[in-house]
Amino acid sequence: MIQRSLALFGGLFVLILVVGWVMGLPFTSSRLVEAAAYALIALGLNIQWGYGGLFNFGIMGFLMVGGAAVTFISYPVNPAFWAAEGPALLGRALLAFVGGAILVLAARQSHRIGIQGKARTVLTVLAWFAAYILYRSQLDPAAAYIESAAGGGWVGGLGGHPVLGWLFGGVLAAGIAYIIGKICLGLRTDYLAIATIGISEILRALIKNMDWLTRGTLTVSPIVWPTPMPQDLQAGGMGIDEALLLARGGFLLLAIIVLAIVMWLISRAYSGPWGRMMRAIRDNHVAASSMGKNVTARQLEIFVFGSVLMGIGGAMLVSFVQIFDPSSYQPINHTFLVWVMVIVGGAGNNWGALFGAVLIWLIWVISEPLSRAVFEVVSLWSGQIGLGAIPDIAVRSAQMRVFVLGLVITIALRFAPRGLIPEVVKREN
Amino acid sequence: MTEIVFFINQVIISGLVLGCIYALGAIGITLIFGILRFAHFAHSELMTGGAFIAFLLASAFTAWGIATPIPTGFVVLPIAMVLTAILALGIDKGFYAPLRKRGAKPVTLLIASIGVTLMVQGLIRLFFGTGTYSFFENEPKAIFRIDTSVIGSTRALVITEPQVLMIVVTLVSVVALHLFLTRSRLGKAMRAMADNADLAQVSGINTALVVRVTWVIAGALACMAGTMLALDVTLKPDLAFNIILPIFAAAIVGGLGQAYGAIAGGLLIGFAETLAVFNWTMLLRPLNAVLPDWLQLPPSLALVPTEYKLTVAFLILVVTLLVRPTGIFKGASS
Repeated sequence: MIQRSLALFGGLFVLILVVGWVMGLPFTSSRLVEAAAYALIALGLNIQWGYGGLFNFGIMGFLMVGGAAVTFISYPVNPAFWAAEGPALLGRALLAFVGGAILVLAARQSHRIGIQGKARTVLTVLAWFAAYILYRSQLDPAAAYIESAAGGGWVGGLGGHPVLGWLFGGVLAAGIAYIIGKICLGLRTDYLAIATIGISEILRALIKNMDWLTRGTLTVSPIVWPTPMPQDLQAGGMGIDEALLLARGGFLLLAIIVLAIVMWLISRAYSGPWGRMMRAIRDNHVAASSMGKNVTARQLEIFVFGSVLMGIGGAMLVSFVQIFDPSSYQPINHTFLVWVMVIVGGAGNNWGALFGAVLIWLIWVISEPLSRAVFEVVSLWSGQIGLGAIPDIAVRSAQMRVFVLGLVITIALRFAPRGLIPEVVKREN
Repeated sequence: MTEIVFFINQVIISGLVLGCIYALGAIGITLIFGILRFAHFAHSELMTGGAFIAFLLASAFTAWGIATPIPTGFVVLPIAMVLTAILALGIDKGFYAPLRKRGAKPVTLLIASIGVTLMVQGLIRLFFGTGTYSFFENEPKAIFRIDTSVIGSTRALVITEPQVLMIVVTLVSVVALHLFLTRSRLGKAMRAMADNADLAQVSGINTALVVRVTWVIAGALACMAGTMLALDVTLKPDLAFNIILPIFAAAIVGGLGQAYGAIAGGLLIGFAETLAVFNWTMLLRPLNAVLPDWLQLPPSLALVPTEYKLTVAFLILVVTLLVRPTGIFKGASS
């Protein structure tokens, strides 16, 4: 087993070297940073699915939340917003929100004063409706004012350190995961999958359209790096290429340090009593609950833990590419891709998830240039034998990676359903 | 009366059209869930693939110079439905049947269906790029404007020819499906298997045949839904990928495994989406004359802004899952 893992990681290393040799170091260094961020996200999913058996298909939502968080923390302060009336209006909207929440909570507690059954349901629905109208009546003018020139355009950032932003991304993702988990975790696997997809789409719609908070489709850039930028190094008298590589190397180092800490922590958790309990719940929750484990609370716990890693990974990705563009988030690139990583790598095994993340990310990024090369060869050949060249090779090869991803997952499910580095099931004899 | 005609144009007709498309997609999803017990995500690609097959056939018809009185898209629909049904059978044979034989869990089949989604989507984009296509490049899209001045309206009732045909075709196929499920031997076998697969097998029902029939019906209806959506708006590679979640919402709201529930759910979601983004001031404007000055209607009185249209379906979905997880009609529970 260990030998097989070592051989696979050795093969991955060779693949990275080949990619570095063919595509050049600048390309490869960027892809490796992204692979590290995706590894973090895949570990998050591995906690949820591999340890806990929870079917989270809302990864995209958590990545967006992480990205929005790091943008908010690390983008420079927008003085025009703070000088205008925007903060006061937002404060009123917040008050309206709190008021609405109290209204709903009060309606839900109405059975204490003797309102029962249907009447209580009707009252709760009415309270929701009233709270919604109250909140919208305050938020809409505030949003319109902030988005206007007088209000400063948007809220802006806080000008903090990006690493704080990553942490905030994790915290925010945890908060949202808590709410989602509270709502959805009682559902069966496939219902849970559909519900989480639905919620991630709601999150996307919100982040995309709340221009006053996230600037929506106008996108936010540039977002600063936590490590020295290439420009800083150039200012220190370094050549362009050297500065680029060194700066990316610095970011990669930071990402790998974060990854190593996370890996150490979750591996310890996995092999400890907590991990055993989680696997017991995953494999047979009825038996686990009869042993006195609080299944619902534990599943909520694991859902939140996994989402923290997704939030941090999403924040890392955004701060690396330096632009937060809500419309660039797609379920294929940000949810299904991570699932393929975990399934191909091996659900339940952290090294498997790590391996899968790097491998699949490399396959995902090189399938475009690779298929372009293949198409060009075929096009040349078909041109020679009189069939005519393939039109729009650039556009077509860009679409091939979706096909390759689907091919990889279907092959993996067929021939290696437990992944390339499967979970090690320890047995006491 | 202008306001009421406007309401019919904006809500009744578009809600009905959307609801029909959702319903046709949701029937397939709900049948597959009932028989095979997994959520079939690749249904969106059956819809898009079916629409592209119909588009290719329609283009071929135009190239051969065959002119038809109704839009060519509807003429080629039966052929496209047969081809899509074959495609669905092929996908089942190639990807799902081996997993089922191994005794894989429904969750594995769900992930496999996502893999199929990605592959088919990749292939469609490979051959058709990312552009949009229209069925009406070579023929006009007939639009009926029904004059409503008799009832005192200044606005005409507008409905396009594809929309009329779409509603008729949906009605016909729903009735046909109903007759098939309740009258024919095979349909009864299908319902029996949806209720209890093991019991159906021991009572001598050919389960392999039922599975094949399920894929044929699901594929044909998916092709119909996809083609009609493409006829109503435009054809593009992510045509159905974007609406697969509302369709799932429709299937779940109606109760997974319940064919009639899927129809009700589809119409419910379709109308909920259009009603939620409808600007009620347009309908209630005459009230401004009677209402006091301090209670005049604001210019925009929509329940949610237009850009949140799709989230309405998800919200209904989540609320249904919480309040009544089995759907309106009691759905399959395992």
